Amino acid sequence: MALAPAIGAGLRRALEDDERVVIMGEDLGRLGGVFRVTDGLQKDFGERRVIDTPLAESGIIGTAFGMALRGKRPVCEIQFDGFVYPAFDQIVTQVAKIHNRTRGLVRMPLTIRIPFGGGIGAVEHHSESPEAYFAHTAGIRVVSPATPSDGYWMTRQAIAAPDPVIVFEPKRRYWEKAPVDFSTPPPEPLGGARLTDLGNGDAAATIVTYGALVSTAVEAAETAAPECGVEIIDLRSLSPIDFDTIEASVRRTGRLVVAHEAPVFMGLGAEIAARITERCFYRLEAPVTRVGGFHTPYPAARAESHYVPGVDRILDALDQVLAQ
Amino acid sequence: MPTSGVLEPDAGSATAPALRDRLDDILDDHHALLGLYRDLAVLRRIDEQCLAMARQGALALWAPIAGQEAVLVGAARAAERHDHLFISYREALMAALRGVPPEQVLPMWRGSALGGWDPDEYGITNPAIIVGAHGLHAAGYAMAAALDGSQDRAIAFFGDGATSQGDLNEALNFAATTTAPVVFFCTNNQFAISVPVAQQTAVQPAQRAHGFGIPSLRVDGNDVLAVLAATRTATAHVRAGGGPYFVEAVTYRLGPHTTNDDPTRYRSAAELEAWRARDPVERMRRFLADSGLLTDADADEVRNAADDAAQRYRTACAELPEPDAAGIFEHVYAAPHPLIDEERRAYADYLASLGGAATPAGPAGPSTGKEVPR
Repeated sequence: MALAPAIGAGLRRALEDDERVVIMGEDLGRLGGVFRVTDGLQKDFGERRVIDTPLAESGIIGTAFGMALRGKRPVCEIQFDGFVYPAFDQIVTQVAKIHNRTRGLVRMPLTIRIPFGGGIGAVEHHSESPEAYFAHTAGIRVVSPATPSDGYWMTRQAIAAPDPVIVFEPKRRYWEKAPVDFSTPPPEPLGGARLTDLGNGDAAATIVTYGALVSTAVEAAETAAPECGVEIIDLRSLSPIDFDTIEASVRRTGRLVVAHEAPVFMGLGAEIAARITERCFYRLEAPVTRVGGFHTPYPAARAESHYVPGVDRILDALDQVLAQ
Repeated sequence: MPTSGVLEPDAGSATAPALRDRLDDILDDHHALLGLYRDLAVLRRIDEQCLAMARQGALALWAPIAGQEAVLVGAARAAERHDHLFISYREALMAALRGVPPEQVLPMWRGSALGGWDPDEYGITNPAIIVGAHGLHAAGYAMAAALDGSQDRAIAFFGDGATSQGDLNEALNFAATTTAPVVFFCTNNQFAISVPVAQQTAVQPAQRAHGFGIPSLRVDGNDVLAVLAATRTATAHVRAGGGPYFVEAVTYRLGPHTTNDDPTRYRSAAELEAWRARDPVERMRRFLADSGLLTDADADEVRNAADDAAQRYRTACAELPEPDAAGIFEHVYAAPHPLIDEERRAYADYLASLGGAATPAGPAGPSTGKEVPR
């Protein structure tokens, strides 16, 4: 099954399991969403639970907040990454804080799904990676599934979580297929990273990444395999970050590359580099190296191959850490 | 749109029959009328006390309500217990009318907590500081109530400044298109801090509602009976399935925006005096006195009730516990979170490393800084 229908299956199961779950956003009812993730849900669960909203992102999050105050478990869809900014205030000043402001009396079990990242040849505002803005804010959890299995299970876990969760879905992987075991959830909890053992023997470097770049990193590692074994960590959760899993890998390999599509400057890679340096300074054989987007606006589609890290840029970063 | 009222500024006669019809049960009930006056007088005294405490440094900030008491009392007394009130900072004392005790009203103003009370227990939110954000919350709450088939309603209270915010306009649109049972209650007190309402909106707030397909009423906000009647009109409309309703109460903030503000920079003494003549507490007192409904004993009882309430606020403020370091790590997330745990441990270790003098490094005390909520 591909990632998009797997997420849709997770939403369907959540609607079946819990009467309080409502899904709301632009175009997700009749149309089934511009990526068809919610295809068929309104037909089966009705307009009262799968709600086509007016075109207003702050309105979607703000009214979902009010619905949650009344006991609903809303799942909001923001149509594209670059459209989340009108809702930024509601997310960081209201959704993230209400539990703390009420000293734990109010819970905000709100899920916000955001297709994110580039590589689909889209126009402006349709290819961004705004996850660091949200990971920087206390009170919300940020996750990103990279596989259809995680798409299904993390959607269900996010909706079931007692805290607000933003799910960044790698839109250019929506139609990539892999098996999904619907009966058994993955062993990693919602906040846990996953170490991929590529069976290359003793690994000489660790790559940490998430979202669409996980399969890019796997491809890079397979290319590098004859000369160097690589451990790949799919972060899965961007807030909190499972530093224990990263630390354990870096203690084995001594070298770390962090790859993400978001701009390197002030990105998640900076946080990971700093924390891992604190935790295993004497085990590092080389400075932690970051690969990612530039400190530029996301470029026009025909130039995006220069911006989005591909296999070659990840291999180049591996060369850098291995040369030291 | 005309401004409807019940009380004449200088007398007690009714001027708006439609509003008066909403008050049949109250106009003949001495006890109810006296209760409204008591509420007004009590809020006036608590407000004076809180302003004094802020001047003395016991509160970090206070947003005075003097001049707007009729809005709080009229609207709160019209709402029913299961109606959920979404308030901004100028309506903080509406919580008192809902039974929230002083020790839960004051922490956010003292700076010892970000909030105070359980919104579900009292049916009223903790005050929103980002003006307009809570309009959407009220709309969503009402949408959920409607989905549940419940008769509960939401009422969002906000100022004229908030009508400029995108969120408030989105809230009006969401509510109108979903026919959500929510009352939008705009307190037009003429200024958003220093900017007059004419620079905030080119038409009256109540008129703007019509563009969203929402009926509205413009009412004299210094007339507690008019506010009560207007709120009853609005809540009856939304409960009957008519969709949202908009009330604009026209009033005036007699004091500063907050204790950090200097209103003499942006308005004249003459204007202030003109509005003082319409003082909502005095108007109700005069109405009762002129109607022969306020005995000396009644007046004494009201004065004592106000003094007692003010004293309870001062005592409660003095007894508020200082927050400790451990508290800032609490309730950030509902589920365990490794980063919070790590930072909590590290800071506790740091405090322990200071030895016997490990006083948690909480806030140093009431702030006298320049931070001014909008």
